Amino acid sequence: MIGTDSQTSGRGAEGIAVTNVGFDNPVLQSQAMYRVLLSAMSRPGHIVPCELLLEVPASLAQTTAAAALTLLDFDTPLWLDPAAAAQQALVDYLRFHCGCPIVEAHGHAAFAIITDPCKMPSLDAFPEGSDEYPDKSATLLIQVERLDDSRGVVLRGPGIENKQTIQGKGLPGGFWQQVQENHARFPKGVDIVLCAEDRIAALPRTTQVEV
Amino acid sequence: MTQSAQKNPAQSEAVEHGHADKIGPDPNYNFAYLDEQTKRMIRRAILKAVAIPGYQVPFASREMPMPYGWGTGGVQVTASILGPDDVLKVIDQGADDTTNAVSIRQFFVRTAAVETTEHTEEASIIQTRHRIPEKPLSEDQILVYQVPIPEPLRFLEPRESETRKMHALGEYGLMHVKLYEDIATHGHIATTYAYPVKVNSHYIMDPSPTPKFDNPKMHRMPALQLFGAGREKRIYAIPPHTAVYSLDFEDHPFEIQQWEQSCELCGAENTFLDEVVTDDRGGRMFVCSDSDHCNRKREAAE
Amino acid sequence: MYVAVKGGEAAINEAHKLLAEERRGDLAVPELSTAQIEEQLSLSVDRVMTEGSLYDRKLAALAIKQARGDLIEAIFLIRAYRTTLPRFGYSAAVDTAKMGIRRRISATFKDIPGGQVLGPTFDYTHRLLDFKLAAEEGDEGETSGSDFAELPDGVAQLDDSMPRVVDLLKHEGLIEEERPGEKPESIGDLTREPMNFPVDRDVRLQNLARGDEGFLLALGYSTQRGYGRSHPFAGEIRLGEVAVEFVPEDLGFPIEIGEVTLSECQMVNQFKGSTEAPPQFTRGYGLSFGHCERKVMAMALVDRALKGRELGEVVDSPAQDEEFVMEHSDNIQASGFVEHLKLPHYVDFQSELELVRKMRRERREADLGEKDPQAVEAAE
Repeated sequence: MIGTDSQTSGRGAEGIAVTNVGFDNPVLQSQAMYRVLLSAMSRPGHIVPCELLLEVPASLAQTTAAAALTLLDFDTPLWLDPAAAAQQALVDYLRFHCGCPIVEAHGHAAFAIITDPCKMPSLDAFPEGSDEYPDKSATLLIQVERLDDSRGVVLRGPGIENKQTIQGKGLPGGFWQQVQENHARFPKGVDIVLCAEDRIAALPRTTQVEV
Repeated sequence: MTQSAQKNPAQSEAVEHGHADKIGPDPNYNFAYLDEQTKRMIRRAILKAVAIPGYQVPFASREMPMPYGWGTGGVQVTASILGPDDVLKVIDQGADDTTNAVSIRQFFVRTAAVETTEHTEEASIIQTRHRIPEKPLSEDQILVYQVPIPEPLRFLEPRESETRKMHALGEYGLMHVKLYEDIATHGHIATTYAYPVKVNSHYIMDPSPTPKFDNPKMHRMPALQLFGAGREKRIYAIPPHTAVYSLDFEDHPFEIQQWEQSCELCGAENTFLDEVVTDDRGGRMFVCSDSDHCNRKREAAE
Repeated sequence: MYVAVKGGEAAINEAHKLLAEERRGDLAVPELSTAQIEEQLSLSVDRVMTEGSLYDRKLAALAIKQARGDLIEAIFLIRAYRTTLPRFGYSAAVDTAKMGIRRRISATFKDIPGGQVLGPTFDYTHRLLDFKLAAEEGDEGETSGSDFAELPDGVAQLDDSMPRVVDLLKHEGLIEEERPGEKPESIGDLTREPMNFPVDRDVRLQNLARGDEGFLLALGYSTQRGYGRSHPFAGEIRLGEVAVEFVPEDLGFPIEIGEVTLSECQMVNQFKGSTEAPPQFTRGYGLSFGHCERKVMAMALVDRALKGRELGEVVDSPAQDEEFVMEHSDNIQASGFVEHLKLPHYVDFQSELELVRKMRRERREADLGEKDPQAVEAAE
């Protein structure tokens, strides 16, 4: 882990450290967290550790909060799952630190935070973009209890040299089937970041799942 | 002074703490010049670009303090990913000492106080115009290309509204017709740089005006490849280990340039060579375009 | 021995020194002040503000000085500076009907409510070099007081009410309706989001307002010569000062934060009507910071030409082609890309060189082969 007063990582993007409620050094810490996200998105299913020392509202994972602080602002409509939306402290935190509009309908979201994946809408309920503009699609931050890439489902696709395994505790049944269906819609589809407390992994729409 | 820089007095302290031995970035500008809102916008565009390999993501390119066409897209991409612990290499035509490469390197030294290198393997980020380094890149590296015209179909169809439809429908017949007309006229494909590639078996992509000699290096490259076109306001990407094929035909397979000569400075036989005119009587010599590769080979020989 | 052309830091630094010397010129000649530029090269300042998209006379004057009078370079400096400025919010839409008029003319009616006001214009000057201006340099009493218009009286005589001429046509329903956008936030901004075609008129007008005067002038001229003809009349051209209002979140009502000088042109164009619309007049609109009359007239012509698609006209001329016009109007983009040809391209050139040599070799061999099949083998 990198201490709170040391520089955040550029190369390798293997760690980030933050205190307080938001980033205490937004410029450099959001850069470091971005490299964590970029590294994860570039290597689907590969776990990128990020130990954080944020003080975040209950039921928001450190990694979810850091990703939100890094990516969200007034240009990104955010949808919260009912479990998250019910917590005023969590809503206030995101409104205050990110300044993002919070939308009622998940069909209008650029980003979504899902704290209770077992009750989440299916992946195809979120904006998938169009054939002309597949980038106008949602990015989902899905919180999981645990992430392990030493076993689990087998992933293939761009960013993966041969194959990659991954297992996430707390994901709903049929989730991996949905990820495979999400891939089948390529170039349309959603992109997913799985957020455990101290590590993340990403599942861009290019990811194929051997269910 | 930008808004973000004003908001974050902690920034300069942190930088001093981390790099007591070097001078911090120019305090008149935010770290790496761009304001934080712009960086977020570009960062989001890059993530979508990585998720849709070869697709050109429109982004709200900013006006940079250098001319359009001189690397503003690459500079914005680099500025959005760069951190204080990165080591930056900038090349133009393969060389670290060409004027525009020097100018862009100076820009980042000034605005981000970032460490720079000429050694390919030492760099965590390499910004390039027109070449891919000869030395294979690793998973820990990011290659940022400066792109003048991101649309591979632009010279066949100038209208964005039309080319966007072609990409959406995967209607790439026009490109194949163009290449085939080359073969009919010249006996082979007469495209030597910015040679179109197909990424992940889906989008046709312009590799930027790199010579086709460099195309095979893009295929399953372990490093992340990011492309920034500032004037045309597009960002696109190739994730690591992604299939990148140069378009060709069964009876006319893709081939790269070859030279009869080897580099006259280092003796390399498998690098891209620049032709240097040495007098006005037809005298010329061939030398490596990748200056770092050439220097290192000569140093090793000594 | 081969010495590569090394650009290097030293060369760049020396080039910058030379540039600074050239900018200053002969030290025996007094240095130009930015205040002099602001006051005496005011039309240059106006153009730099308009195409630089930033209303600040002092910065524009500085940019002109730094750019040695190269206005496109000055516009570039302003644009690059503008990008770094934080945004506090959006002003309310300015109301040019409430302009403090300095010039106002209409070519469509002999007299109009409020009258025609000639104002400061080159229009009826004889373009004869005024050698007095050269002779009087440095003389504080350069122009005797009697040469100036008696402004205070002139202003006092102007009517308070200066309705826009084109609005007068509205009463009869003779001119197409135009409705402003709902709220300021819904207005597009091409500096914050990329243009996607087809674009709406808000972004089109922004693009044209920032566009190169010369480019728009040529395009506007082309419409008059039949490339997308629209039978234009200068309904009204006005110049003057307009108040800028802002509604702070915590106050909830508008406060005046300053005033800007604007030029506005409304072209009135004949339109025979279509299956949907009755015969009526249509409009083209031009607006700029400061006094950029040629620019706003050209802009209005091009704006009208670009309405072709929505009016159901045949779109076949350059000025009617939205993508063509809007993708090439920006002189900072254009000069950057044209001038980037100065950068080294020897890798690509080498690739082409190799190809041309190969093709010539093949042609030679083919020619030989036709004459004498055996000669090819011999040649190889």
